[in-house]
Amino acid sequence: MQTILSVSELSKTYDSRFQALKRINLDIRRGEIFALLGPNGAGKTTLISIICGIVKASEGSVRVDGHDIVADYRAARAMIGLVPQELTTDAFESVWATVSFSRGLFGKPANPAHIEKVLRDLSLWEKKDNKIITLSGGMKRRLLIAKALSHEPEILFLDEPTAGVDVNLRRDMWQLVRSLQASGVTIILTTHYIDEAEEMADRIGVISKGELILVDDKAELMRKLGKKQMTLQLQTPLPLLPPALAAYQLELASDGNELIYTFDAQGERTGIVALLEDLNDAGIVFKDLHTTQSSLEDIFVSLMKEAK
Amino acid sequence: MNWHAMRAIYLFEMARTRRTLLQSVISPVISTSLYFVVFGAAIGSRIDEIEGISYGAFIVPGLIMLSLLTQSVANASFGIYFPKFTGTIYELLSAPVSYIEIAAAYVGAAASKSIILGLIILATAGLFVPLQVAHPVWMLLFLVLTAVTFSLFGFIIGIWADNFEKLQLVPLLIITPLTFLGGSFYSINMLPPVWQTITLFNPVVYLVSGFRWSFYDAADVGVGISLAMTLLFLAVFLAVVAWIFKTGYRLKS
Repeated sequence: MQTILSVSELSKTYDSRFQALKRINLDIRRGEIFALLGPNGAGKTTLISIICGIVKASEGSVRVDGHDIVADYRAARAMIGLVPQELTTDAFESVWATVSFSRGLFGKPANPAHIEKVLRDLSLWEKKDNKIITLSGGMKRRLLIAKALSHEPEILFLDEPTAGVDVNLRRDMWQLVRSLQASGVTIILTTHYIDEAEEMADRIGVISKGELILVDDKAELMRKLGKKQMTLQLQTPLPLLPPALAAYQLELASDGNELIYTFDAQGERTGIVALLEDLNDAGIVFKDLHTTQSSLEDIFVSLMKEAK
Repeated sequence: MNWHAMRAIYLFEMARTRRTLLQSVISPVISTSLYFVVFGAAIGSRIDEIEGISYGAFIVPGLIMLSLLTQSVANASFGIYFPKFTGTIYELLSAPVSYIEIAAAYVGAAASKSIILGLIILATAGLFVPLQVAHPVWMLLFLVLTAVTFSLFGFIIGIWADNFEKLQLVPLLIITPLTFLGGSFYSINMLPPVWQTITLFNPVVYLVSGFRWSFYDAADVGVGISLAMTLLFLAVFLAVVAWIFKTGYRLKS
């Protein structure tokens, strides 16, 4: 797939000597939803801020569809829409005025039909003449998205788009992001909510202490780093694992009442059939079984532990 | 040039003036009218003519200059400081717009407001005292140059300030005293010789003097010097703004 955004050897050291980013290399594919995960202070917002022109890079370069963000900033920035993490809006302007202002700021001639479409898509049309100060938090969040979409960007950055919003609004937001992707917009989002990334992202990058420690397709990541476990509840507690079952690397849990088998769900052979036969041969009877699969959250937590 | 962006910023700033008409226009006009009532009518009638001009008429250019300087600085500094304060500056910094375009739009809007205000005050003054404008083109030139120059100064203050106190500091502690002591209400020829010399270090003297010359053909210092000093301030402030943009001072980390 074609690359629309290319980050190369990007580093950022603030005046306080805090190194926020360390030699980041990242390519974003056209039309994908890319989720950037990381704990607080990992460098997610700094990375986005550099790409969008808000913070200066110390080293390295960024190209947006081939345009360098410094030398050819006009072409690069015109392609980008940014929804910041904080609800930073004016207070006394109307919804219509502020969204129209954003479109002009990004060098586009007035287009009331487009502004109307954006406001309708974000359920803000009824509020178009209201002052921003009268909007609820959720509406302000949507207004920031409307401002970012006002100039028809090809790349949309969503920095913590659902931070502090209720469950229904989160679902609406996810739906909106999917529809934007369907219309051809490339989306890069940072989030604290792993389920959000799991739900929406095509690819995932994990950043920790200014380093991009992993970038992979979500499905591939879940396959490679995800675990599937089968838990057998035994009829009779087992004091020790029989040596004949050593090859399965079983785990004895709940005072010998449970046997846990971890396997590769995507593998050609899971080993489940062989295990059940060997259990039968060893005279171990189980009364119930269930399987579980690790979530992206489990993977993220384990990656963060490794990074420490 | 990103004309759409400049237009958007300019209209956005002008719209703020419309929303705050009472504070932006009516308030300065009322306070200036009070000066005319007190100094022009009440006290001015007891003061002799200065260089052949009635006192009430004499103070008109100085009063306009007082409003022009303070409003230019206030409008421009608030215009750029407020997005910094609310955080909406992110949008300005991430837009495909050059620093020159940003400065031109903000300074243009601030200067426009001040010029409109100056003309309103001039019209208001006409209600209280007989007015004459000997050199209307020069009068407009000084009006525009001063408004642009001090809007640039305000823009610099707005970027420098990181709280509301600092935003008020320069207008209250520097601009207003210098304007009052810069010959707005008197001719510096009325001062003792020592103070006449000291006053020449006050840059506002040259602005007021040049502006008054355009009205009454009478000035404390030569009009050429006034114009040169105004252009010098303009050059200095332009240089500071260029430096701010080059370094990203207080704008980009």
